[in-house]
Amino acid sequence: MTDDTPLSPLDADGVAAAVDAALADVAAAADLDALKAARLAHTGEHSALARANRAIGGLPGQDKAAAGKLVGQARGRLNAAIAARTVELEAERDARVLVEEAVDVTLPVDRHPSGARHPLTTLSERIADVFVAMGWEIAEGPELEAEWFNFDALNFGVDHPARQMQDTFFVAPQDPDVPADASGLVLRTHTSPVQARTLLERGVPVYIACPGKVFRTDALDATHTPVFHQVEGLAIDEGLTMAHLKGTLDHFARAMFGPDARTRLRPSFFPFTEPSAEMDLWFPQKKGGPGWIEWGGCGMVNPNVLRACGVDPERYSGFAFGMGIERTLMLRHGIADMRDMVEGDVRFSTQFRAVV
Amino acid sequence: MPRIPLGWLAEHVALPAGLTAEQLAADLVRVGLEEEAVHTSGVTGPVVVGQVVDLTPEPQRNGKTINWCHVDVGAHNDLDDAGEPTVPRGIVCGAHNFAAGDRVVVALPGAVLPGPFPISARKTYGHVSDGMICSARELGLGEDHEGIIVLERLGYGPDVTAPGTDALALLGLGEEVLEINVTPDRGYCFSMRGVAREYGHSTGATFTDPGLPTEADLADRPAGFAVEVDDERPVHGVPGADRFVAQVVRGVAADGPSPAWMQQRLTKAGMRPISLAVDVTNYVMLDLGQPMHAYDLATLAAPVVVRRAQPGERLTTLDGVDRALDPEDLLVTDSAGGRGARVLGIAGVMGGAETEVGPGTTDLLLEAAHFDSVSVARSSRRHRLSSEASKRFERGVDPRLARVAVARAAALLVEHGGGTVDEALTVVDTTTPPAPVAFDPTQPARLVGVPYTADEVRETLTAIGCEVDADGAAWTVHVPTWRPDLQTGVDLVEEVARLRGYDAIPSVVPPAPAGRGLTPRQRARRAVADALAAAGLVEVLSYPFVGQAQVDALGLPEDDPRRRAVRLVNPLADSEPLMRTDLLVTLLDTARRNVSRGTGDLGVFEVGLVTLPEAGAGVAPRLPGGVRPSDEDLAAIDAAVPPQPRHVAAAIAGHVEPAGWWGGGRRADHTDAIALARRVGEVVGVELVASADTARAPFHPGRCARLSTPSGAVVGHAGELHPHVVAALDLPARTVAFELDLDAVLAAAPAEPVEARPVSTFPVAKEDVALVVDASVPAADVLAAVRAGAAQSPAGDVLEDVHLFDVYTGDQVGEGRKSLAFALRLRAADRTLTADETAAVREAVVAEAHARVGAHLRA
Repeated sequence: MTDDTPLSPLDADGVAAAVDAALADVAAAADLDALKAARLAHTGEHSALARANRAIGGLPGQDKAAAGKLVGQARGRLNAAIAARTVELEAERDARVLVEEAVDVTLPVDRHPSGARHPLTTLSERIADVFVAMGWEIAEGPELEAEWFNFDALNFGVDHPARQMQDTFFVAPQDPDVPADASGLVLRTHTSPVQARTLLERGVPVYIACPGKVFRTDALDATHTPVFHQVEGLAIDEGLTMAHLKGTLDHFARAMFGPDARTRLRPSFFPFTEPSAEMDLWFPQKKGGPGWIEWGGCGMVNPNVLRACGVDPERYSGFAFGMGIERTLMLRHGIADMRDMVEGDVRFSTQFRAVV
Repeated sequence: MPRIPLGWLAEHVALPAGLTAEQLAADLVRVGLEEEAVHTSGVTGPVVVGQVVDLTPEPQRNGKTINWCHVDVGAHNDLDDAGEPTVPRGIVCGAHNFAAGDRVVVALPGAVLPGPFPISARKTYGHVSDGMICSARELGLGEDHEGIIVLERLGYGPDVTAPGTDALALLGLGEEVLEINVTPDRGYCFSMRGVAREYGHSTGATFTDPGLPTEADLADRPAGFAVEVDDERPVHGVPGADRFVAQVVRGVAADGPSPAWMQQRLTKAGMRPISLAVDVTNYVMLDLGQPMHAYDLATLAAPVVVRRAQPGERLTTLDGVDRALDPEDLLVTDSAGGRGARVLGIAGVMGGAETEVGPGTTDLLLEAAHFDSVSVARSSRRHRLSSEASKRFERGVDPRLARVAVARAAALLVEHGGGTVDEALTVVDTTTPPAPVAFDPTQPARLVGVPYTADEVRETLTAIGCEVDADGAAWTVHVPTWRPDLQTGVDLVEEVARLRGYDAIPSVVPPAPAGRGLTPRQRARRAVADALAAAGLVEVLSYPFVGQAQVDALGLPEDDPRRRAVRLVNPLADSEPLMRTDLLVTLLDTARRNVSRGTGDLGVFEVGLVTLPEAGAGVAPRLPGGVRPSDEDLAAIDAAVPPQPRHVAAAIAGHVEPAGWWGGGRRADHTDAIALARRVGEVVGVELVASADTARAPFHPGRCARLSTPSGAVVGHAGELHPHVVAALDLPARTVAFELDLDAVLAAAPAEPVEARPVSTFPVAKEDVALVVDASVPAADVLAAVRAGAAQSPAGDVLEDVHLFDVYTGDQVGEGRKSLAFALRLRAADRTLTADETAAVREAVVAEAHARVGAHLRA
């Protein structure tokens, strides 16, 4: 409406024409900028409808209502059309912008390399969780241990052949005047000393598991390592039998390796248990097909061990077991070379992330 | 460990026909004898007896003379025109120790000899050699390579060596040998006798005990060669020898060969045939379990005296080693040069050379004794000398065997070497029967969880050789002499469980009392490791063994307490005899190994124990087993065991964020190390405070933070490594690291649950403050002042968060000054802060910073 002649707010045809012209412009607006221009032109201060609206105030009282209705409806139609067109054009714009903003999502995204836990510690934690779920607790002890705890308390006499079979690292005394073999200290050869420590510290009844590092004087090669991990289990209570030992091992096997896993006991010898057994695991996930693997040793705690720990063997009985964690990991994951686990090459741990 | 040829075992227990070593192993493992290996001869295929028909020596240009032979191999001969196998085979042989007519062993084409060495017809020296005439060594029967086997010389008469006979069966080469692992409590299974007994237990097969004394073995005999046992220093009060039986056998071809079957069995059992006398004593030992010795009687001077060694005595043992004897060594001596003056051997371990059977020996003194297991074990260990005899004595030998074994050996000598056995026999015997075991017959059921009846218990104990005096609930069990391991009730329980079968034990999960789960410390340690892995670090494990060189490479000062390390008596490597006192020493080694293998961008961490010996720590008292030590003794043990705190350490080298299509990367710097160390504290609820430490190896003196708990305890260090250390260890430049005493961090963790503050929903007010201070003022001090100032403002402690967002040095603040810009987030719990209040916070911050560190507001 560039016409300088003001539109009369009572001119129904003129108002209709102004609205039609405005609607045509709104409909023709191709983008939000064009729509904004059309809106300013047809609804702005100087637009015909705005001026007509202002002119209503100057009309005689009896005409005001009719004029107000006429112009109000016209402006209402126009504003509705603008709003509708705005929604349309905004949707079009958004769609276009999102397309324009598309990137190649297959570009590498590893700006923050991920870390990993060592599978042996992850497995140790899983083992601990299994026992905790049974109501057991996790106990620990020193790695450099007194000979009394590592041997004597466990019924390994000084001259017992089994004591010689342990390939023990002996610790030199701090005092240079003391003979080299007289410190009474060793690197623990098994996690079993924790049995004695736990019994002395906690008393009975006790149900504990102890994952930890142990040491033997084996040079590192594909199948041996001087430092490795065991988990020890110990339960002492009234009325415990080998059946409870078997039940615990079977449960542990299933929890670790699935419902088809189970264990088998074979007679064996350990100074700290009597009867003693070697334990085989039926290992469904074994590489190359399910089969029995040697998993560890176990037995009923020898009364001499209970006595050494101040527990009355007439009243209490219990069982103990221990197994190697490296061995389990190797068999389960097809690890052929022990060195991969112990040399600290990050490429080994990284394969596992936090999953075993 | 013992090797069991199946045919030998069959002499004492009924073995089913066709029993394989695999099946035998399965039967034995049920009663506790584990398979170690199955050994076979390695010879397969057609190996037969051949009779040499003719032999033509043919000199060769290379100077050798070969024999072109025709050998009759029976059904394996070449076919004649009529299709009958009558044509002897032509074979080239390089040996000359045989003649036409001899019966030999022929490996025909298709056979495989140990090596493996497959035999085929081949053209050589102008003939087609259609097989091979074998030596003992080629068949794996011994070391003798001098010539081929002539069967008659080995004692195989013509009746068993018809041409074409299967030589594998004849020589026992088809027989499998099972090697078993014997646990230390089963010494009696170091014999065919013991293994046969156990096979009987496992399968019910009939066992005939060859070790029980016959009437003749119990009969009185006139006194023989003088033997005196004179033990002045028994170990643990146990006499070194409580039985010594000696028998003279005269006129024996003692140095001649033993019969072929005996040599075969000894070889299969892993022993080398030597001479009739030696082989017979070894054979009886392997068969019955009684170690024996044969002396050349002509060289002995009576009496033989069994005594402890005198200081300064020496002996050259049969292995040729000259040994200084220890006063605790039990010796067998004779009286050449005075009573007991000449040492014949270390009792139960090894003899000396002087009185050995040699060429010309005809008269023998056979010894079968019972030596104390502890005494033998100590001598064996002391001299690092493990012999077949010491292995058996250490584990316990049946004290009743000696006369049986001597009689057996004497009979074998006479049978195969001629001669006569003296009527006189030396018997020194101070043995006592094994102590009876008081036994409650319900104990097996109570301990094993299988309801064995009293009859089953009695039956089992009787089967293993016990005599049971059953009197209601209190039995007295007399254990057999070959089972010194059976001393208490639980030992008998194991026998019942073992023989009735471990498979019979049911599987019952015990109901444990309600547990408390992981301890807070155990949970916290997991959280720390998980947090470091989540931050991009890889967990590794390293050995705790270190050497002086590694410690030196870290640049530790001479007086650094970390140089006081525990030393191992017998380290694996002499270069690494020490136990680490911190983790970085081994972790940096691990980092270096990774870098050298091509991983240039590296973040590793380890959680592990370090050993920190205390100066003046005593030795751990040696206390007996089986009794609870006194509290004082336990305290003394604990005092001797050095503290072993758990540490956590990390090392980061190269990029923490790699360069990529997104632009440049970011290299690790000291902030990464410090931030990770502080994160360790955060995940366990301890805010670690950093302060500069200019003298902490192995760190850069200007880039090392000492980390302390809020109460001021120093728990570790973090920062960039010293450039010298980086160079010494070949690490990437500017490698950073941290190490914390994780136990000390956890000790500072709050014991009580975190008390929650309500979350205010009132609007936040933001204020920025730039403070100018001397360049030397640590940012931490300024930050502390900001916090303290805000807390003192009239609005109360409304500082929700403060963030240092800029550090500026330059002209605008002047030489030697720096500007630290802080963004403050202010919010009250109960109201919207007014503009006046936020301005007052700002003023309070500036005032406190001025008071504490001389800060002023940046213009």
